Amino acid sequence: MTGHPDPAWRGRLTWAVIFIALLYPLLAGSEFKPWLLFDAQSLRAAGMFLRDFLVPAHDPEFLAMVLRETWLTVAIATAGLTLALLVAIPATFVISERLSISRLGTGRVHPFAAAVRQALRWILMILRSVPELVWALLFVRIVGLGPTAGVLAIALSYSGMLAKVYAEILESSDAHATDVLLANGSGRLPALLYGALPDSSAELVSYTVYRWECAIRGSAVMGFVGAGGLGQRLDESTKMMAGGEVATMLIMFVLLVAGADLVSKILRRRLG
Amino acid sequence: MATYRLRGLTVRHLAGSRAPALHALDLTIRAGEQLALIGPSGAGKTTLLSTLACAHRPAEGVLEIFGQDPWQLSQADRHHLRARLFLAPQAPPLPPRQRVVTAVLAARLAHWSLWQALSSLVRPRASDAEAAFTALSRFGLGDKLYARVDRLSGGERQRCGLARLLLSNAESLLVDEPISALDPALARHTLAALRQEAQQRNATLVCSLHQVDLAREQFGRLVGLRDGRIVFDAPSSAVTDAMIAELYANEKVQPASDTQHDTPAQIAVGACF
Repeated sequence: MTGHPDPAWRGRLTWAVIFIALLYPLLAGSEFKPWLLFDAQSLRAAGMFLRDFLVPAHDPEFLAMVLRETWLTVAIATAGLTLALLVAIPATFVISERLSISRLGTGRVHPFAAAVRQALRWILMILRSVPELVWALLFVRIVGLGPTAGVLAIALSYSGMLAKVYAEILESSDAHATDVLLANGSGRLPALLYGALPDSSAELVSYTVYRWECAIRGSAVMGFVGAGGLGQRLDESTKMMAGGEVATMLIMFVLLVAGADLVSKILRRRLG
Repeated sequence: MATYRLRGLTVRHLAGSRAPALHALDLTIRAGEQLALIGPSGAGKTTLLSTLACAHRPAEGVLEIFGQDPWQLSQADRHHLRARLFLAPQAPPLPPRQRVVTAVLAARLAHWSLWQALSSLVRPRASDAEAAFTALSRFGLGDKLYARVDRLSGGERQRCGLARLLLSNAESLLVDEPISALDPALARHTLAALRQEAQQRNATLVCSLHQVDLAREQFGRLVGLRDGRIVFDAPSSAVTDAMIAELYANEKVQPASDTQHDTPAQIAVGACF
């Protein structure tokens, strides 16, 4: 066994020790104290709350309210995502270097075109680096409590994300078809539609549906700051320690995500 | 008027060492002329075709296409010029998930309005579909009109790429190894169809080939390229076996073999060959 010692072993061990040494102060700094979960008082409170979970609230009036709020949540997510797409699709078209005509034959993008691309990239970065919850808080101040704030918050933060990832998906597809179309005199948008889209469409759709799923979750969270929908009710029920109601609404979330998953699967199969 | 006039044209690779790929080429190609480029792998045939298609900017020397220097033109004018040239790369540039009809009609994008491009993507016009069918039929692929590209074999894809060429109304056809994936009988038929098409519309045809026998048989003018230099430029009747042997001297691969060579499929947009 000693004849051929693994040369990677010492390095792996060293890195593991370094990681643990770095991680521990982080845990201590963030006051991560998991044992608090298990002290008697917490356990009793959690136990009461969780016992309510076993029987989700199911009186017709409450269910009707949950369905109404679910519909509102889905509507907020969908409207926000649609607005985001209106910004993201043209932005993708601008920032994608794949579609540069000035690059053709020289390998270098024209400085002006590069500057425009970079400026738009920065704008998109700012849009997506502010969390949607913060956008929602700002918009609740501006347009007041209600779904409008949620829609605008999703539209702003998601347009930045969608444009960035769309551009990356398009740029990671095979460049050959697009390049040849451009080299034969095609315009930028037709080259995108005929060259890059066929092979990226399934991935683009799958990412969009995944983002829709995130928007549904996001609009629920934004409900906590008063942006309407299921989240606002969830906030109220949690504060009242009404475990049954919370359970019903959580089940609703699971169903929504499962639904989004199904939609994604069907679309991908059709585009595959 | 000459379609192409090259004087002392030097072309460098676009990335990496920027080493010269073509050295001081002198070449004139008349309108409607048909010529074959032959030479060992790595001689610069693909780079030359890209340069002739305005897809690769030369470093030094004179390049005139239809009497104009494309790199003196504005970017928009140069792009209009590209629509008059058609480059068919060796690897057919067909997205696997596209339908054959769409892939073939993509030849017309340079002349279509955006609206036409969009509507053809949803439903090709009957006249366009008919034209695509006719072009595919020339290469024996009429029944594949509405098939998806990924259902085609390698040879079928190559011919599908050539059917796209038939639909462009370019005045200069630059074809890189059009028959590398075809069997000998089909290869002869395909080359004949290409030449006939070029002749009918009086387009210039420049075709790189590894099949020396076919090149000598089908083309009136042969240009031998080696290490980025023109070794000979002569009527094929004047090209002797000795000249061919010298062109390919010390090559391990036999010149007439049908094997794919190592020219990467990408054209010169971002990187070197």
